Amino acid sequence: MASNSSGSGSQGRAPQRLRIIAGHLQRPVDVDATVSAAECKAQGGEADVASDGKSVPKRRQEIMKWNGWGYSDTKFLFNKKGQAEFTGKRYKLSGMIIPALKEWMEGTFGTNMQHKSLATPALTRTAVQPPTLNEAFVEELKSTGVPFSHDAEDRVFRAHGHCLHEIFALREGKVGRVPDLVVWPNCHNDVVKIVELACKHNVCLIPYGGGTSVSSALECPQEETRSIVSVDTSQMNRILWIDEKNLTAHMEAGIVGQDLERLLNESGYCTGHEPDSMEFSSLGGWVATRASGMKKNIYGNIEDLVIHVKMVTPQGVVEKSCQGPRMSTGPDIHHFIMGSEGTLGVVTEVTMKIRPMPEYQKYGSVVFPNFEQGVACLREVARQRCAPASIRLMDNEQFKFGHALKPQVSSMFTSFLEGLKKFYITKFKGFDPDCLCVATLLFEGNREKVLQHEKQVYDIAAKFGGLAAGEDNGQRGYMLTFVIAYLRDLGMDYYVIGESFETSVPWDRVLDICRNVKARIIRECKDKGVQFQPFSTCRVTQTYDAGACVYFYFAFNYRGLSDPVHMFEEVEHAAREEILANGGSLSHHHGAGQCCAAWAEVMESGRVERCGTSYSADTTMC
Amino acid sequence: METKVDEDEHLRGSLYFSPQTMTSTDSGRVKNEEEFVDVLEELMHSGDLGHALRTFSPSPYNGGPPCSAADLPKAVLESQYLRYVVQEIATEKALSLEEVREEASVILEEMSQKLQMGFIRLMAYMLSKVLKRILTGIHVNTEGLNALKQAVQESPVILLPNHRSYLDFLVISYVMFTYDIPVPVIAAGMALSKMRVVGEIISRSGAFFIRRAIGSDKLYWAVLSEYVKTIVRKGFAPVEFYVEGLRSRTLKSLMPKLGMMHMVLEPFFKGEVYDVTLVPVSLSYDRVLEEFLLAQELLGIPKPKESTTGLLKARKVLQEDYGSMHVNFGRPMSVRHLCRGKINRGQYNLVPRDLPQKPSGEVQACVSWLAHLMVRMQEEGALISPWSLMASLLLQAPAAALTEHGLPWHQLAERTLRLRKLALDFGAHLNWPGKVPEQEVMSSAAALHHSLVRLQAGRVHLVQGEEDEREDPRRPEEDVTKAAVPMLMLACYRNQCLHVFVRPALLAVAIHVTKSVQRDELFAFFCFLRDLFANEFISIPGESSQDFEEACVLLRTCGAVHTSEQEVTVSDVGLEVLPFLQDLLQPFIDSYQVMFRYLCKDGVHVVSEKQFVPAVRNLATKLILSGELHTHEALSSDMQKNVFSALRRLETLTQLKASELNEYRVNKAAVGQISDILCGRIPPQSLQTTPDAKL
Repeated sequence: MASNSSGSGSQGRAPQRLRIIAGHLQRPVDVDATVSAAECKAQGGEADVASDGKSVPKRRQEIMKWNGWGYSDTKFLFNKKGQAEFTGKRYKLSGMIIPALKEWMEGTFGTNMQHKSLATPALTRTAVQPPTLNEAFVEELKSTGVPFSHDAEDRVFRAHGHCLHEIFALREGKVGRVPDLVVWPNCHNDVVKIVELACKHNVCLIPYGGGTSVSSALECPQEETRSIVSVDTSQMNRILWIDEKNLTAHMEAGIVGQDLERLLNESGYCTGHEPDSMEFSSLGGWVATRASGMKKNIYGNIEDLVIHVKMVTPQGVVEKSCQGPRMSTGPDIHHFIMGSEGTLGVVTEVTMKIRPMPEYQKYGSVVFPNFEQGVACLREVARQRCAPASIRLMDNEQFKFGHALKPQVSSMFTSFLEGLKKFYITKFKGFDPDCLCVATLLFEGNREKVLQHEKQVYDIAAKFGGLAAGEDNGQRGYMLTFVIAYLRDLGMDYYVIGESFETSVPWDRVLDICRNVKARIIRECKDKGVQFQPFSTCRVTQTYDAGACVYFYFAFNYRGLSDPVHMFEEVEHAAREEILANGGSLSHHHGAGQCCAAWAEVMESGRVERCGTSYSADTTMC
Repeated sequence: METKVDEDEHLRGSLYFSPQTMTSTDSGRVKNEEEFVDVLEELMHSGDLGHALRTFSPSPYNGGPPCSAADLPKAVLESQYLRYVVQEIATEKALSLEEVREEASVILEEMSQKLQMGFIRLMAYMLSKVLKRILTGIHVNTEGLNALKQAVQESPVILLPNHRSYLDFLVISYVMFTYDIPVPVIAAGMALSKMRVVGEIISRSGAFFIRRAIGSDKLYWAVLSEYVKTIVRKGFAPVEFYVEGLRSRTLKSLMPKLGMMHMVLEPFFKGEVYDVTLVPVSLSYDRVLEEFLLAQELLGIPKPKESTTGLLKARKVLQEDYGSMHVNFGRPMSVRHLCRGKINRGQYNLVPRDLPQKPSGEVQACVSWLAHLMVRMQEEGALISPWSLMASLLLQAPAAALTEHGLPWHQLAERTLRLRKLALDFGAHLNWPGKVPEQEVMSSAAALHHSLVRLQAGRVHLVQGEEDEREDPRRPEEDVTKAAVPMLMLACYRNQCLHVFVRPALLAVAIHVTKSVQRDELFAFFCFLRDLFANEFISIPGESSQDFEEACVLLRTCGAVHTSEQEVTVSDVGLEVLPFLQDLLQPFIDSYQVMFRYLCKDGVHVVSEKQFVPAVRNLATKLILSGELHTHEALSSDMQKNVFSALRRLETLTQLKASELNEYRVNKAAVGQISDILCGRIPPQSLQTTPDAKL
């Protein structure tokens, strides 16, 4: 139950969750002075930002992988005993043994510990093309004092997001077109200067925030002959002010999710915006891609949270003239900023709503006899508009996947309890272990209301045959979503490639889309000669009045295939085609990027062509 | 095929068979004959009772949650679709929702199948007894069975048998029960449900009943379609229906009906199931139980009502030997695969999927294409009996030879063997036992059909009906009708193999009539014939050039023609083959001309089908008596109705708006024109519409 951990009193839950999910910093946090209004300091030789409590240094390579997900010190590996282990100290799972993972991988993908496909250990600098520099631009840039670099590593880091084909190429040591220069603006005015210079000297700009894009948005166009400059906003990471009267906060757009939440928490506030990528993705990226947070049921998606945006475009700065909560003065300019994915400008500053931190948080889970019942329950919850902060429904495959990630239990008692629970559900209640599925829940708010709310949701679940299955299962479900990206790297060490994609779909089609897309993936892989049936799984991750967000994982063993990435992309294309045929959207929150360029004609509104000064945004991955 | 192989052709695989791959073995047997197992023989080992009580544990479709027969009507009544329709009807007819809903549940009650395992077993027991008595074997292709077994687990399966006999669906269920495949839910004609006991048994062994003429009964249509769609969606059991809609009285394939086809496909179009698998099933009978009834019905002698007592009277039928039958389960075909590029499934995305809507043109065309394709697949899978070949030849013999002095047996035998070779060249599946001497095969075929032919002193005679009925002299018209009975029976048996020859035969007629060697001229005439006879010979809409190509390839394969880019020229072999093919279609051409002649007569301006049939019959009888018409097939109501539909399709008959009697105005000029084209007086470019263009 909720009272297990060390007490941070009545407000203990939120910070704890942050520690678990938002990630743990390398060093102890010291309170940052930038919470008050800050001057733009644009000197070149500023101290490494990591030291003042910010997570992202200019030289990302110091703490992050160059060809995989996340922190360098954190990864899954099989230790000498052949057991899976999660290294590092950052996460709750760090340092733990995960006994069931090996068997699950072997059973699901047919992998073999003997057959490895390891990545190139280090970047060969010679593989990176020498930069095409626009001398005049560089000269003028120098005079502005904005720091920049044309170091090969710096450039490669900003040339990709986390699409499968991007990471796959990096692991093979292949580097395509990369930006020729990286600049680190320190504030809004720096960006204004950079954009002006770019226009003047005909240079391409690609905005870069957290680099978590999964839509090829950061890919440099191969045919581009002009100099490409990556505008890394990571140093624009201050909270400029907090307005307690209006409950808003004004931030620079480069701040990443975990820093934003932590800093606001220190003042007793939060935004509540928690995309699964929040450790690395940035505020500007959220705005540019129309991001969605896990707890949108309480706090809303990014479009509900944003009060004011400043965007620097080649034509000048775009922003509203007031902070009124709603306006009726023609089309809302936010609507073309949000979702512009960097094609129209660089988002530099954002005012967001903030909320007092919730006093109480509680996880939960419900087991359903089958996916159909689970979806029916979520639909009912949405109909009654009583969705908790988060409610997600995993299908059977994903439920098993989650189980495979259980860390070794230290106490006999826990494992005994686990066994008992399993017995109760499968034998006593007659749930088929190959059909059952689980919904994970997160409640937030004041304690009394949370408990009341919890009862309401469990009562609805009971009507659909759902059985409460404890907090642990719930919490593990959420953990899965943020270690999944690390797991992909492990898979790639053993010939397994995979990716996720998502969609939003009306309620009456949720079951059909889940069934058909999963089946399509399996069928396509079979037709294309994949030996072992692919891992094809989904979960319903958000509920709305009129529909839901569905998230698919798809992975397979590519051993023996000559061009796995191409094949993978074909299957993914087929899966998207199936989504569209079944009434789903191309994306709920990943953004369109260049991945979906093939679908340009089917998207609801005409896609904004990349033109003039070329921009591209990072998108959030979650 | 030497010409371009487009994707569709590739998809359909064996439909456009390549003659090279389908040739027979030396003995003349079809290669895969040995892959058939005889269900009745297997039965000898287990015994009827043992068979009926065998453990039946099929593995069903594992897509959706299981659903019991009792849940079905409830799911249908509560469906959103039916709610929409009920509301609509209530508004239209100013009834309360309750009343309409009540009506719907009455319809549902009347329709519902009540599958009970006990009855399946009872049926299996009874069938074992009956089938063993009247048939010498039920041969089922094992490969098809295995593929079907696999298919029912993967997606909802639709069984599409051809319909030649009342036995059809009983035999299929019987076979599926025997081989542990879920027993299908069958759409049966309502008339069967009215039979006491039998109706009950049929319903409890998995059939549901549909009214013959649904017409514009919106509620009935809605209940039926939701019922069918629910079964498909739930993957409850394979659905079986006759895509031809009716039992073919001529043993020839019928133009497919699209209503049921649309119902079973819609769940796929709307994404409610991942895929639907179509399995065409071809049932081929050596001798059809209903053979006498067929001819009588075609001649307008009313068929007895389907009743239990009628069935008992028909016991006489059960004293006879009907040879063996073949059940050929076709290769399961994925609708998803077939429809690739033909259907945009996204078209349902912007309205509630349950909202009653007219299917789009694209969907209608696709359904029609699939339905026609299925009929062609059924034809492909049919096994041709030696008797069918013999019947084709007997029909071409001079009438006097058959009825008076008889046809020399050796002549018939020799020509049959030549025809067998041609059929094999054309890729037909022949049911010609290889281990038996050829002569014996043919004489036993004749013996099996002793009701139709008699072998006497080395000559074949046609059996005429009983002579002694009445002493008083009959009117000559009655004699014509009487003489027509065996002729139409022969025609029915000829029809069993017609599909093998029809495309080359259309080309043969084109060559004969146009006297041209130019490909494009021949093609134009070929298309004209194909369109005109679309109700007689089923072909796939929009695929006339493929059909023409197939005809060319087949004729070239048997050595009858030489083909080049521009020309098709007749070879020496062709001088022998082409006349046979022409003669095969001659009865159709002659009969159609008679009917055109009737429509062009003075005083005929407005016709309805009801008056057309007897009037044409009169005219044809007169012409036969006068010796002007040599075929009795013009007397067949089936052909008369086909002409009527063809002319309606070609818009030479146009419905009178004011008329409630389904009357049509005759465009005499257009009818005359068609008649002129058909006999080669004018070239065929001038027809206004083709059925393809309408789809």
